[in-house]
Amino acid sequence: MTTELDITETLDVTGVSCPIPVVKTKQAIDELDQGDILEVIATDSGSMSDIRGWAEGTDGVELREQTEGDDVYKHYVEKTG
Amino acid sequence: MSTDSQQTGDDIDGEQASETETTEDELRARIEELEATVAELQELEDAMAAAGDDGQKKMTIIATKGTLDMAYPPLILATTAAAFDWEVVVFHTFWGLDILHEENSRNLKLSSVGNPNMPVPNIVGALPGMDRMTTRMMNKRIADNDTATIEELVDLSLDLGVELQACQMTIELMDYDEADFYEGVTTGVGAATALQHMSESDVQLMI
Repeated sequence: MTTELDITETLDVTGVSCPIPVVKTKQAIDELDQGDILEVIATDSGSMSDIRGWAEGTDGVELREQTEGDDVYKHYVEKTG
Repeated sequence: MSTDSQQTGDDIDGEQASETETTEDELRARIEELEATVAELQELEDAMAAAGDDGQKKMTIIATKGTLDMAYPPLILATTAAAFDWEVVVFHTFWGLDILHEENSRNLKLSSVGNPNMPVPNIVGALPGMDRMTTRMMNKRIADNDTATIEELVDLSLDLGVELQACQMTIELMDYDEADFYEGVTTGVGAATALQHMSESDVQLMI
């Protein structure tokens, strides 16, 4: 499944597990500008719930989309503030 | 008798009139006092709002364990909370100090006794070399699953601005040297520091 979003940068966290996907996502978002979209590619199935929870509990980010397929989980996070 | 009571009644009326005046003055004074208090409280509230209660959450964890399995939860929660932009303090005491000890943190062990879920009976687990074996097995699993090592999580915590504190009393009790700890670890702190952070925190955990 492909996304229609305009991706600014891609973060590859395949192979690593909790808490690294969330922490690396936060660090990558900090480097971006408002309106940018970060694509996060993970293989940790827990990242579906964790990235969603992190985005909901953090100011200045919004989870635009999540996709799942072939043990790869993709997350699209927009920096909103 | 009756005259006496009449006189007394007049006196009472007179007293009541002067009392009413006094009460009115007193009430006015009291209202002014209260108005001043309200103004003070309003100022205090404004000052508190300005002082930056920006809604940032705080968490304090007390880490007391230094076995390989128990070293993970404080670091995983601390790094994740930091990703949420929380202000995080982890106060390490007793065996928890080994998490911050550069050399010891790379050699944390897993006990093969005391956990009935271990595949070997406690009496076998108590044999010499068994702790080393279970530790090796756990480290292999950590590597196979690409789980972060304790050292990586300590570095990550410090990078994210987590304050890792090492209890001064137990540093001395365990005969550790402050130079043995990772660079960036805070030493020279005690129970009062930990309590102060706990009282200001939204989340307090003892692990």
